[in-house]
Amino acid sequence: MTEEPELLNVAPGEPHDSLLGETISYVVGLGLALLLTGVSFWVASTSHLWGPGVAVGLVVLAVAQMGVHLVFFLHITSGPDNTNNVLALAFGVMIVLLVMIGTIWIMAHLAAGMAPGPELTNLQMQHG
Amino acid sequence: MTSSEAAAVGLTHGGSEDTGLGNRGPQSKSIVVPYGFWLFVLSDMVLFSALFASYAALVHATDGGPVTGQLFDRTKVAVETVSLLLSSFVCGLAIIAAKRKNLFWTEFWLVVTGLLGLVFLVIELREFAGMIAIGAGPQRSAFLSAFFTLVGCHGAHVTAGLLWIGTMAAQIWTKGFQPHIGRRLLCLSVFWHALDIIWVAIFTIVYLIGTLP
Repeated sequence: MTEEPELLNVAPGEPHDSLLGETISYVVGLGLALLLTGVSFWVASTSHLWGPGVAVGLVVLAVAQMGVHLVFFLHITSGPDNTNNVLALAFGVMIVLLVMIGTIWIMAHLAAGMAPGPELTNLQMQHG
Repeated sequence: MTSSEAAAVGLTHGGSEDTGLGNRGPQSKSIVVPYGFWLFVLSDMVLFSALFASYAALVHATDGGPVTGQLFDRTKVAVETVSLLLSSFVCGLAIIAAKRKNLFWTEFWLVVTGLLGLVFLVIELREFAGMIAIGAGPQRSAFLSAFFTLVGCHGAHVTAGLLWIGTMAAQIWTKGFQPHIGRRLLCLSVFWHALDIIWVAIFTIVYLIGTLP
């Protein structure tokens, strides 16, 4: 069996090896994150975009920024030395998506099925 | 059990031929400790996903009280976002300096990281105090309970992170760049970057989408 020294693992958050390369990685990450943040705030403020699409666009921008943070700050890459970190991340993302999508889906259906109308569901308001 | 049997079930390290379980033995502590901490951080994100889910389910349950668009100030949120992002960036610079065992720049960037985190926390606490002062506290409606739980949990994490930053600055000062101190510092940076990732979700879902016209 041949040795594969390039398959050694790296820890999450561990920077690359040269001073310049490490610093550039963080600077590029900061620039991209600032850019995506700026676009997010602009998208939320402008009236030039199609209204119903704005929230979806904001979520896409947020996911992109999380990716930037993972790659440039936490150094989670697709390289062979990062397999364990990526697999743990994939499992975490799966649980997060199951919890969030499942809850929102179920609770929205529950609310739709339970509510004959706002005047009947809020009894305190009715008496007040 | 003979050594070849032990190798066959993967109980030995190195030298074993084709167990399919790797042939280098356990990783060093400098890999295992941050990896374990990475698992903790991911489980923390699962915790936050539950808080996000309850916020999304309750955001319209305002019980006649204030709604999202009346409470949030985008300018403050922008300042908070930039402080926390710069803090995360500077924390990376501290790691770079610590890797080269440069005491001055490690301590300097750690202090800057902490100060930027403090700016974030002060703005957040002032926002909370302002909301409670106008009667929009956590007991006002289910929406506000969910809001204070979600954003407050993130704020509590930032507070813990600030205490940790102070501890690490003191430990590096007194104990120097020993291997275990380096591992703690790396875990701190993973924690701090993760908090910024969670903040991205908060400022998008709670503040930006909450203040859309």
